[in-house]
Amino acid sequence: MGRDAVRVEAVSAMIQTFFNPEIIAASWPIVRAGLLNTVLLSLLVVPLGLIGGLILALLASVRQPVIRWALMAWVDFFRAFPPLVLLILLFAGLPFAGLELGGFVCVAIAFFLNTGAYYGEILRAGIDSVPVGQIEAARSTGLSRLQAMTHVVLPQAVRNVLPDLLSNTLEVVKLTALGSVVAVPELLYQARQAQSLTYSPTPIVVAAVIYFLMLWPVVRLLSRLENRALAGR
Amino acid sequence: MLKYLPDILSGVVVTIELAILIVVTGIAAGLVLALLRSLGIRPLNWLIIAVVDLFRSLPPLVVIVLIYFGLPSAGISPSGFVSTWLSLALVLMAFSEEIFWAGITSVARGQWEAARSTGLSFAQTMLSVVLPQAFRLTIPPLTNRTIAITKGTALGTVVAVTEILGQASSAMSNSYNPSPLMMGAAAYLVLFFPIVVAARWVETRFAWKR
Repeated sequence: MGRDAVRVEAVSAMIQTFFNPEIIAASWPIVRAGLLNTVLLSLLVVPLGLIGGLILALLASVRQPVIRWALMAWVDFFRAFPPLVLLILLFAGLPFAGLELGGFVCVAIAFFLNTGAYYGEILRAGIDSVPVGQIEAARSTGLSRLQAMTHVVLPQAVRNVLPDLLSNTLEVVKLTALGSVVAVPELLYQARQAQSLTYSPTPIVVAAVIYFLMLWPVVRLLSRLENRALAGR
Repeated sequence: MLKYLPDILSGVVVTIELAILIVVTGIAAGLVLALLRSLGIRPLNWLIIAVVDLFRSLPPLVVIVLIYFGLPSAGISPSGFVSTWLSLALVLMAFSEEIFWAGITSVARGQWEAARSTGLSFAQTMLSVVLPQAFRLTIPPLTNRTIAITKGTALGTVVAVTEILGQASSAMSNSYNPSPLMMGAAAYLVLFFPIVVAARWVETRFAWKR
């Protein structure tokens, strides 16, 4: 009996600390604003990265060795460079050059460069996976180079690399948490604000739960797609 | 600006220590989980999948913040270094488990049956037949993931780890000059660019001919 009472007390103490209902209620407006900003930020940076990637992939499809080499160096540069360092460089380094951009603009630029490189690599692989004969056939029916690309190659390319695109998009959404370092009021930033106001880790736990609920379906879907791809071998 | 070079170099040492710890423990834990999963014990597999899904869904920075700022309330106060190591190792564990598991399941069932029928035990089949083939498939995605997660050591700055970015940032604010930050950025490139180029080579070397 005594031992059970101790156990119940320990559990309730854990809940009081990490999942305190009163603190959840009190900090919810702050955390909710962060959630909204994370969604908006994702809606901005995912298309931005895709555009950057598309530009790189289209340039690479020119099939000129010099251009391909330059693009490979560009992509490898951003694969080697931590996104947080890029972000800090823009946010804290550029002001010394007289250029003071807000945290939000810095996040947008960093994501365009960093995630654009990853998307570009994926889309390039997709374009490479479409047989050259398809382009020749499209061109011979009178389509221009651009038309052949947008109507024939890209739709197939995107379909071939859809799981990779989705997986990268998941990483991009997770990466928006970096915004907290340069005071963009997204979910993690807001949760930490609430944490310092309430002296409780509860808001951060709540933020983690929100991230999990938001992204878990995507993770599940990706697991499915990966397994199916392997089964198809 | 050479005054700050020793700071950056000490940051490089911390980054390398952290990276090696993360890679070794993260990949080893991922392999252990994948092997446990291959035993096919239902409740255990659900637990493994739950843990893997959790750390694939959460942003690494959120895990770091959770461990560093959350655990002290439970009476455990890990340092920034330990928090970063633990967080990124858990994330790498989750991703590498998925990759190893995909590799193991990609080996055709007939191979298992053939190996078992020649008298090899489960463990022998796994070690000498399945894993060598699985590793080949896992190398390109694993190197990619490992680089992406190891770069995350820069996140340690947020919890006051004195790795490259942390050293560079504090040197910058001490000197009112961005040069230390540029030195730090260069240090990351010197450290990671050869690895990325090597990974690209490995990728093409081990790519599956379709």
